[in-house]
Amino acid sequence: MTDIALTSVPVDAPALPKSRGYLATVGRRLRYDYVTLVFLAVIVLIAAAALLAPLIAPFDPLKTSMAYRLKPIGFRNFLLGTDELGRDMASRLLYGGRMSLLMGLTPVAVASVVGGCLGVVAGFFGGRVNTVIMRTVDVFYAFPSVLLAVAISGTMGGGVLNGLIALTLVFIPPICRVSETATTQVRHLDFVDAARASGASGWRIVVYHILSNVAAPVFIYASSLISVSILLSAGLSFLGLGVTPPTPDWGQMLANLRQAIYVQPLVCALPGIAIFVTSLSFNMVSDGLRQAMDVKS
Amino acid sequence: MAIADAAGVRPGRPRLDTVPPGDPRDRGGAAQPLLIVEKLTKHFPLKTGLLGRQHAAVRAVDDVSFAILKGETLGVVGESGCGKSTLARLLMNLIPATAGQLVFDGDPVAAMRGLSLKEFRRNVQMVFQDSASSLNPRLPIVDSIAFGPRAHGTRKKAAREAARALLEKVGLQPALFAGRYPHEISGGQKQRVNIARALALQPRLLILDEAVSALDKSVAAQVLNLLRYLKRHLNLTYVFISHDLAVVQYLSDRILVMYLGQIVEIGPAEELCRAPKHPYTRALLASQLSMDPAERLETAPVSGDPPSPVNPPAGCRFHPRCPFAEAVCASTPPAFGDWSDTASHLARCHMADPASGHSRAGTALPRVDAVTSLAVPAE
Repeated sequence: MTDIALTSVPVDAPALPKSRGYLATVGRRLRYDYVTLVFLAVIVLIAAAALLAPLIAPFDPLKTSMAYRLKPIGFRNFLLGTDELGRDMASRLLYGGRMSLLMGLTPVAVASVVGGCLGVVAGFFGGRVNTVIMRTVDVFYAFPSVLLAVAISGTMGGGVLNGLIALTLVFIPPICRVSETATTQVRHLDFVDAARASGASGWRIVVYHILSNVAAPVFIYASSLISVSILLSAGLSFLGLGVTPPTPDWGQMLANLRQAIYVQPLVCALPGIAIFVTSLSFNMVSDGLRQAMDVKS
Repeated sequence: MAIADAAGVRPGRPRLDTVPPGDPRDRGGAAQPLLIVEKLTKHFPLKTGLLGRQHAAVRAVDDVSFAILKGETLGVVGESGCGKSTLARLLMNLIPATAGQLVFDGDPVAAMRGLSLKEFRRNVQMVFQDSASSLNPRLPIVDSIAFGPRAHGTRKKAAREAARALLEKVGLQPALFAGRYPHEISGGQKQRVNIARALALQPRLLILDEAVSALDKSVAAQVLNLLRYLKRHLNLTYVFISHDLAVVQYLSDRILVMYLGQIVEIGPAEELCRAPKHPYTRALLASQLSMDPAERLETAPVSGDPPSPVNPPAGCRFHPRCPFAEAVCASTPPAFGDWSDTASHLARCHMADPASGHSRAGTALPRVDAVTSLAVPAE
């Protein structure tokens, strides 16, 4: 009997690079991705401005003034001009950002949890459970997302809460599908069999072995939906289904100002620019995250 | 050497050479086989149509019975698709058996008044073939190893301690490897981690499903030696599954040869390799590349693919490929001896049975040589 085994492992301590965890690797990659960092800074700026709106807004966003209607950018103290009722555009854009961020982040976050869980359940248990969940999801897939959002919030009536519910329902099916695909891929790998062979319960296997592998793809996909959610919510408000006046909201401001497009084109474009910049930033950051998180295993 | 010294462990020293006499986990005594496999069968149904009506079944494992003795290494060999891996998964209870029963150290498994499945799994563990997919890429390896004991109620800290000790035991410095992720270590190191993970529950039986097949030869040799060392040290019993007869020969006390879901031959390793009783075993042995170029065969010792396990041939399942096939082979399935007699050398072949009516019955198989290399009869 030889005992080469224990003595011939080629281990050379200094030659081995330092081990990094998954998150550390992702973080290191992001640190050198300047494009993503710039857009991340934009998002932070927008979020800070929206959150601090009551402190930094120069005027009351709801105060109308017949004398100063549709004034151009930079007119007296109105930094970004005034709207069709003489309300300060800068203040309204700041307050409107709160609504847009709320409508952009909340539905995606809720849908990630609900859709993610549904997908994991469908993928892990397979068989009949999978069929029931995934075919139900397919029914939602039959409608274009805009139409679905409009239909749901149209049926339930306007208002912020109904808008949030409508958007959440729109995002559950695609997230559920991503999560189901990731789970199915992982479920048949040997390490899940090994975990079952060690006598662990299904719940324990899901928590330790499935979720850790499903979380990343779901997170990446969900982050790409934030900009879609902002656009959809703006669309709902534009149609009068989301935020009800006089609460400022970018989509609704865009809708109300469109009659004045020949009078003050620049002022009218401001809410649109805000929507564009925000959703572009979220898109770019999501793209950067996807690249950084694509760690080969 | 440095690693072993650092921990004060000197593997392979004489005092470890002997199997510890009394294993507190032993219930049935030394004579009781560790695992008895009785009439184990797995048919995978083939379904078609919208209603999923079953029209046929793949007979992956068909009525397989054998016993594994305490402390032995039972080698399982066979071509791809003969049911080796299905057998491993059945032994682990990872897939439900169509029929059959497992008896672990005298206790029936997952039966009334028998051993619970969870308890059985604590005693029987498996090392998987694909070292890459058998570790969770998102978990540091120390947590992969500690997962099993944690599932059985060990506290996190204690489980991690034990996992680090196991890493040491399989020849990986815990200080360097414990926190690593699977993509940061090599294939051989991964397989060592897999072995450590399988050992974490302190099993008595280890099923090694092609455990070294994916490794290159030098690394495979290291892992094989590690397995031999661990077996002596931890009082283990192995079922070693491989398509590589040379590796099986090196490690096994007894060898079991499978063909198309059935056991065709079982016997002591040395005897089975020296004087195979079944033509299929003989062909497998002949297909090994000889070290002497003059002894190498010009033609393949057995040609063609195994028939489909959906519709196995009548009579002897090997007869369409067998150079000694006669009328009796096509009509009657050959008898297999008493499998519970673990010392005997059995073959499922008419030639091994003097009363079968085969013209060569009772005579030894001729040696395969380059000239009379097995020509497969034209179909």
